[in-house]
Amino acid sequence: MDMSVELDVFVGNTTIMDEEVYQFWLDGYTVNDAVKVRMEGGVLEEYEASTDVLLSDTMDQFRTFQMCERLLHTPAKLANQLLFQIPPHRQTMLIERYYAFDNAFVREVLGKKLSKGTKKDLDDISAKTGITLKSCRRQFDNFKRVFKVVEELKGPLVENIQQHFLLSDKLARDYAAIVFFANNRFETGKRKLQFLSFQDFAFCAGQLISNWTVGAVGKMQQLERDTESGAVRQLLNKQAKEKHPICTNNMVEDMDVDLDKEFLQDLKDLKILINDKDLLDQHKSLVCTALRGKTKVFNEMEANFKTLSRALVNIAAKLTNTKDVRDLFIDLVEKFIEPCRSDRWTSADVRLFLTYYTNSARTLDTFRHQVTWDRYMDVIKSCILKMYHD
Amino acid sequence: MPGKLKAKIVAGRHLPVMDRASDLTDAFVEVKFGNTTFKTDVCPKSLNPQWNSEWFKFEVDDEDLQDEPLQITVLDHDTYSANDAIGKVYIDIDPLLSCEAATVISGWFPIYDTIHGIRGEINVLVKVDLFNDLNRFRQSSCGVKFFCTTSIPKCYRVVMVHGFVEELVVNEDPEYQWIDRIRTPRASNEARQRLISLMSGELQRKIGLKVLEMGGNAVLGYLQCFDLEGESGLVVRAIGTACTLDKLSSLPTAVLPACNSPSREMKEPPFSEDPNPNIHSSGPSTPLKNQTYSFSPSKSYSRQSSSSDTDLSLTPKTAAGAASWRVGPRVSLCPSFPALSSEPLSIPNTFYLPLRPRAGHGSATPPPPPPPVSAQSNSTMLRKSVSFSEDLLLAAFGMGSGGSAGKDGGPLKTLLRQQTQSALEQREFPFFTLTCFPPGFLIHVGGVVSARSVKLLDRIHNPDEPETRDAWWEEIRQEIKSHAKALGCHAVVGYSESTSICEEVCILSASGTAAILNPKFMQEGCLDSYSEHRLEDPAPPSCGFCHIPYDELNMPFPAHLTYCYNCRRQKVPDVLFTTIDLPVEATVMGKGSLIQARLCRLKKKAQGEVNATAISNLLPFMEYELHTQLMNKLKLRSMNALFGLRVQISVGENMLVGLASATGVYLMALPAPGGIQIAGKTPSDITYEQHISNMQKKINDTISKNKDLYEVHPQEIIEEVIGSPIPESRQRSRLFRSHSESSDEVSELDLSHGKKDAFVLEIDDTDAVEDIHSLLTDAPMPSGFYSCNTEIMPGIYNWTSSLQMFTSVRVFRLNNVNLTNQGLNKIFNDLCENLLKSLYFKLRSMVPCCLCHLNFAVAVPEEELIQVAVTAVAMTFDKEQAQENFKANMEKAIMKVISENEEQLQFPLELCTETPAPQPFSPSKGTGHQDGGGIHTSARASQEKGSPLPEGRSRSLRCMRPFPSSTVSVVKMTPLSFLPGTRIIKYLGIINMFFIRETTSLREEGGVSGFLHCFIAEVFAMVRAHVAALGGNAVVSYSMKECVFMENPNKNQAQCLINVSGDAVIFVRESEAEATAAAPQTSSMQNLSGAAEANA
Repeated sequence: MDMSVELDVFVGNTTIMDEEVYQFWLDGYTVNDAVKVRMEGGVLEEYEASTDVLLSDTMDQFRTFQMCERLLHTPAKLANQLLFQIPPHRQTMLIERYYAFDNAFVREVLGKKLSKGTKKDLDDISAKTGITLKSCRRQFDNFKRVFKVVEELKGPLVENIQQHFLLSDKLARDYAAIVFFANNRFETGKRKLQFLSFQDFAFCAGQLISNWTVGAVGKMQQLERDTESGAVRQLLNKQAKEKHPICTNNMVEDMDVDLDKEFLQDLKDLKILINDKDLLDQHKSLVCTALRGKTKVFNEMEANFKTLSRALVNIAAKLTNTKDVRDLFIDLVEKFIEPCRSDRWTSADVRLFLTYYTNSARTLDTFRHQVTWDRYMDVIKSCILKMYHD
Repeated sequence: MPGKLKAKIVAGRHLPVMDRASDLTDAFVEVKFGNTTFKTDVCPKSLNPQWNSEWFKFEVDDEDLQDEPLQITVLDHDTYSANDAIGKVYIDIDPLLSCEAATVISGWFPIYDTIHGIRGEINVLVKVDLFNDLNRFRQSSCGVKFFCTTSIPKCYRVVMVHGFVEELVVNEDPEYQWIDRIRTPRASNEARQRLISLMSGELQRKIGLKVLEMGGNAVLGYLQCFDLEGESGLVVRAIGTACTLDKLSSLPTAVLPACNSPSREMKEPPFSEDPNPNIHSSGPSTPLKNQTYSFSPSKSYSRQSSSSDTDLSLTPKTAAGAASWRVGPRVSLCPSFPALSSEPLSIPNTFYLPLRPRAGHGSATPPPPPPPVSAQSNSTMLRKSVSFSEDLLLAAFGMGSGGSAGKDGGPLKTLLRQQTQSALEQREFPFFTLTCFPPGFLIHVGGVVSARSVKLLDRIHNPDEPETRDAWWEEIRQEIKSHAKALGCHAVVGYSESTSICEEVCILSASGTAAILNPKFMQEGCLDSYSEHRLEDPAPPSCGFCHIPYDELNMPFPAHLTYCYNCRRQKVPDVLFTTIDLPVEATVMGKGSLIQARLCRLKKKAQGEVNATAISNLLPFMEYELHTQLMNKLKLRSMNALFGLRVQISVGENMLVGLASATGVYLMALPAPGGIQIAGKTPSDITYEQHISNMQKKINDTISKNKDLYEVHPQEIIEEVIGSPIPESRQRSRLFRSHSESSDEVSELDLSHGKKDAFVLEIDDTDAVEDIHSLLTDAPMPSGFYSCNTEIMPGIYNWTSSLQMFTSVRVFRLNNVNLTNQGLNKIFNDLCENLLKSLYFKLRSMVPCCLCHLNFAVAVPEEELIQVAVTAVAMTFDKEQAQENFKANMEKAIMKVISENEEQLQFPLELCTETPAPQPFSPSKGTGHQDGGGIHTSARASQEKGSPLPEGRSRSLRCMRPFPSSTVSVVKMTPLSFLPGTRIIKYLGIINMFFIRETTSLREEGGVSGFLHCFIAEVFAMVRAHVAALGGNAVVSYSMKECVFMENPNKNQAQCLINVSGDAVIFVRESEAEATAAAPQTSSMQNLSGAAEANA
């Protein structure tokens, strides 16, 4: 070579960003790899550009992204910084893409402590998922950053995330799930849980956040005010007020991340459903009467009723234990989903069973914990239904 | 005490963490003006401090207000040790000194540190109370408005153009003072930034004083430059055009055309002037009131000679053998005629001899036949020619003065010419830095005049007496003036000056376009109000500026002359080179094209005089070769005129780099260019013949491709061609088209290159091989792209408002020590081509688009390094609409031309039918568009397909929350003087900023590219912030004057200096209603004569 490029920059008054190249950068491609992929993509032929041109363009853009990265860590700054003139819709794109993550990656770290120790495992995760280490780091750091920021904030989790990171509603909800899982350290990594996707867990997290956290109580108060919802809610509300005399909005609202301890305590009361033999039999007969003729697996339901009921109630009763909270999902799979699956229940069967199982308990004369029961079973039912697939 | 400056520090944000322990900062602010400093309270432990300070008041002279910047320093308070500086903001308060510009400066400014770059932002409020000062001997020039714009600013009208103003100030460069050895790089950089800021302020004030002296109130085309002369000092110099401007405050829209599109605003500038020179002569020629203003005494000739001992033997009288009349180490007149390269050398030997005929001669004499066409090779012969001594040369030029009078006959014209001449000749330098003129301002254009001079730098001993530098420029300007005279012109327009410095050698260059101007613009009292004139005035001929100003019997250089192809009444040259923008009245066919000539020449390393002499000797060769290249490339595009020509020659330790850029167009008034013919010298060898015919074919193919690309399809005009020395071995495609030429109904059109006087390249000559090589290696532009280095692109009218200004810098390292000139040339050529390719690729999403005002700056920062910096704006245009409007306006325009011309023109029929005929109104345009569109969409598709988004990631982006509103307002930047689709309603003042950035952690900042990328982005950010704080939303006429980059990778260090300037403005979008009303006019063809527009 007679000459070499010593320096090569392009700066536009409006910052030029190619979404495709941005994605390569986010995915942790090296400049050379990105150039290779772009060449295969055929941009070159359209513009009669040489490899040099692509290389120059890619390097420029990678550099721009790198300079923007600092701002992306606090997205609110992006709109108020002076260095780059970026139209608002491009800013939105930059942020949304930066905080997007790979499902394969998030499954690996979901429920793990977002600490340095885990960061060392990123090498392994990278090797396992085929996601570049650089991209793994970015995603991990995003999780950690969001976690750290919202940890200290009051107010509803999803809204806080949206406000501070300017994410779309969907992505903010996903981050809420990640934060929630990381905070409660739910076990998601066991082999038996591998069939579950991040979206399954995210759904469950959403259910837990909106029903089982202390913040949920506040929200329900809001809901009640807004919509005059059912008696259950009002009851729940009353109950909550009794238990937390001072816990009106401001105290309650920073509790989105933690499960409502009082509620978990109350769950112990549900044990009566399995410990009281009469009640158990009564419950079973009510359910079976209702289910008869409605499903092909009726016999299996009838045969397994007590086992399944015990399983669900025991899970509830143990939730005061942090360790058992962590095992919530593995317990649900091992003790409920797997037995049903081995009996070849369909999703519809499960739904039918859980619906009647939940509703029948309310009609039991001697059962006095309807509110707690509903609060528990509403969530468990929707979680199981979400998780009940291959 | 004529002024009170008030500043208030409101708040800071995004400050850096200065205290590692707390992760916070205890910030306070020092506000300094002159020798007075105020401090705010410390705002403890905050990265977003709220100071909300009182108003700090400075009572100062207005002289200081002009010179000094307001200096704001943000510091971190430290109880135990010295306070750490976070960074600084310099605010130029000049815009507040003019009542018509900004009234308050208020906004967020980036806090800048020369080592760390931007570190947070600070919100500041600044106001000035000025008291009237009637002191006649005042030193300040408050209120004089400065514009970088080289045309008449959009919301003003010109009452009078006073002329050239210049000034320079010198100082020692702080970087080279002894103290620099002991102070930190930061202190050194800040001293330098501050000094330059002071010097620019002083310079501007001094220029302002001159303007006031002349009776003006504004400077247009203000061009300020720095010469970093190293050990010998720092020079800040500026030139401009003094004018008296009147603000158009509440003009009815019917009279004042909205500046909604370049084409229209150019055509109807808010000029109060009668554009027709013909009817003017009745007005008394009031001598200029300010003609006798004196420049500083240092400029007298006696000084010049006294200072000449410093420039040593740089002007040896025995000029080294060089090409024709441009010879002389210091002189290089580049009169822009093909004759330069295509004529045999015998002509220059005789052309000075005949005496100029006196007035009246020219008009009566029938035109002589054009000189016989030479099919001879040129370059080799030129080398052998004996050149004139400089003295003879200058003497010869001197004879030209006044010789052109009466050439176009008619006593009125003669009178007019005399008036103008007398008005202008009494000025020391009848130069104008403007490049864009109202119709009628330019009467004739002679061609490019340029001069270069090589000087040895010497330490500036007394900064208060910068005579040496003044004398150098004085000398050059005198040369330019005499060159203009030789071309029969009394004025120079599109004038600019530049330098290139390497160690102790400095090349000073000046260039411009010799022209004859309408004197009315230079006189007071004969101007009536703007509106009255427009309706009455017949239009000037659109081709007038093409007509030769010099005497055809006594031409200063050999050229082919023909009768004007537009009016058929006067002579025009076959090629015209200029440094100005395309005049609005010009009739152009097709589109324009950026044309560049590139050249590197090796030079032995040397010191002092030897070095200077070596450079002097190389310069004429370089100019000649650049000129040849330009000419070849122009012919390759079938064009016949260059606008915006800018020739840079940069000097390095072991090489000279030349880059000439211009925009080529096909002027309807000029003859169609011939093709390019390749001839071999030794026709014996068959393979050789083959080789030649291959090359010829390639060239012919390129020419015909270019004709389609630029929509240039000139008609063959047979009757004037004398001889056709080139055998017709090319393919001919026939196309029938009606035109009125010689009352033929139908004539044959040759779509291949013209058959007359083809340009001959002989390839035995190594230079010619190089030429051909560089001709054929110019890659065609990707479809959908056009480029030019002028303000507007001929042939494109419907700009959308989407634009992207950018700066791109590349530095190349030459690795091979044993490079030949040819090898070096190829490298440099590739470098420029690749850079252009990269730009096209980067901006591909904007097609159809034109890169306008492409400005290349080359430098040789170190041995083996070549630096190219490009600033330009990419603007999209609407092809579809352009065509429709074109059609719609065609008839209208024709009607106008007919009605207006019948009274005044002898050949009304010819004119009205001829004008539209050559328009690229052919189906080729339509198909071209479709092609472009097709490629565009398919490209998009491939982009989409090419982005491999993994499944899980393609999240819907639709359900977005709205963003919290940003506090940052959008500021547009453009090197042009306008923003398409908008109207500039206020000029807020000039932006002239100088920054230094240094790093001692180059690797950590991403290497040289990372460092510079960040710095340029920071410079943009600071410009935008200043404009926004003035209340503006755009910078027009933006340019990066200087980008000096130095690196030392071994020490992990780099330093860069950038100087940018422009005009801060407020623009408003054309309202929807106005847009529709204006639409027909907007797109009206530029290539129809200005007549159509003047009365529109």
